Amino acid sequence: MHALALSGVAKTFTMHLQGGLKLPVLRDVNFAVAPGQCAGLTGPSGTGKSSILKLIYGNYRCDEGHILVHQGGKAVDIAAAPPRQILSVRQNALGYVTQFLRAVPRVSALDIVAEPLVMKGVARDDATARAAAMLRRFNVPERLWSLPPATFSGGEQQRINLARGLLPEHPVLLLDEPTASLDANNRAVVVDIVRERKRAGAAIVAIVHDDEVREAIADNNVDVTQFAVAA
Amino acid sequence: MSSIETEQPLLVAEGLSKFYGHRLGCADVSFELYEGEVMAVVGESGSGKSTLLQVLSGQMEPSAGRILYRMRDGANADLWSLSEPMRRFLFRTDWGYVHQDPQHGLRMGVSAGGNVGERLMAVGWRNYADIRDTAADWLARVEIPEARIDDTPRTYSGGMRQRLQIARNLVTAPRLIFMDEPTGGLDVSVQARLLDLLRRIVSEMRIAAVVVTHDLAVARLLSNRIMVMKSGAVIESGLTDQVLDDPHEPYTQLLVSSILPA
Repeated sequence: MHALALSGVAKTFTMHLQGGLKLPVLRDVNFAVAPGQCAGLTGPSGTGKSSILKLIYGNYRCDEGHILVHQGGKAVDIAAAPPRQILSVRQNALGYVTQFLRAVPRVSALDIVAEPLVMKGVARDDATARAAAMLRRFNVPERLWSLPPATFSGGEQQRINLARGLLPEHPVLLLDEPTASLDANNRAVVVDIVRERKRAGAAIVAIVHDDEVREAIADNNVDVTQFAVAA
Repeated sequence: MSSIETEQPLLVAEGLSKFYGHRLGCADVSFELYEGEVMAVVGESGSGKSTLLQVLSGQMEPSAGRILYRMRDGANADLWSLSEPMRRFLFRTDWGYVHQDPQHGLRMGVSAGGNVGERLMAVGWRNYADIRDTAADWLARVEIPEARIDDTPRTYSGGMRQRLQIARNLVTAPRLIFMDEPTGGLDVSVQARLLDLLRRIVSEMRIAAVVVTHDLAVARLLSNRIMVMKSGAVIESGLTDQVLDDPHEPYTQLLVSSILPA
């Protein structure tokens, strides 16, 4: 039983502003991740690693194939699901941590981290307390919690983003360079949390360029070069 | 969200078209909107997005098509089959409409408290103290100082007027709200405050909303879903991040690539 399975996934971008230029990026993407496992996506830049994560999250539309995410005993095909169903899967089963925080003006770091829990129906006090614990774990100084993160450093923003993405404990988790701008201490925090999530049964797909971190979290590597359409 | 398969839409648009004589306003627009969903309608001036909003919100009768609304008792009503008083009652209680220009959505000569309280009186509130308390509570929620409750909106800044208009609309806990360029005429810093407020209140109250905007950043921040309009027709729709990150139609690609980076 897989928590996440991709079969026959293909993606082509059509650039209408360049005279309808077609850019095939991926074809015949096949891999699956079992609960408690972490798959590391490998391959040089530009092969389509991030595109695969965006396809799974429903951020990019899938041209062909199936992307099955298991949620509470049934599978949802992200490639065919209507918007409401994708939103529901994201809220309840699918987490995605990118390198960049999309900061919302005026919203404090603490509220940004707590928000996914609140959306899931957790009481605000409880969500805030858990968000605070997560920020503490990522060594984000308490004086920053009440500030909107737009002016934070890259590393601070990434930790806010990680705290937000990891807090809801989704059964399927997508990580795109989660440790890119972190120091050794905070990289270790990420490794610890990912291992905890795996023990709790989460299925994880990660893009990590840092070999040490990838070896510490990934159970197997999926070489994306095999799915890339040669340019 | 557990009942996603069984949940019924709140608002259904079926083949809505509007002609001004021979000129097309909007053509054959269909969609379903569920409780708590925020849908943005984007497109340039003249794309038909404001016409669509006016038709959806019952201000203009469509030339073709129909609008179904699930009433509080669960029954689906065809908007234009309802009696005029019923329709007006619906607009006063269950629906809200936020105009781009707050002067159109407020009574400029009436106090802020009165502007908010008026919607309550329209649904039968009679106790003055209750009305005033609730109005004060709503002014606080939209960050208007209580000391300004007896001032008229003429003395308010643009941002405050817009926040007051929002309070006036939301005080009756509507289930559906229409917004026409809600941040249109505001300074950037004032816009951010308003967007944050709207985002929070709409999600807390689980209100469904249709937001017309030409600003893709506003759409991204506020909406779950998006419809792109051009020449009166919907040319692309879907999840907001999906349409903005992976636009398929030539016009949508042009819109997305025309944003100036901050």
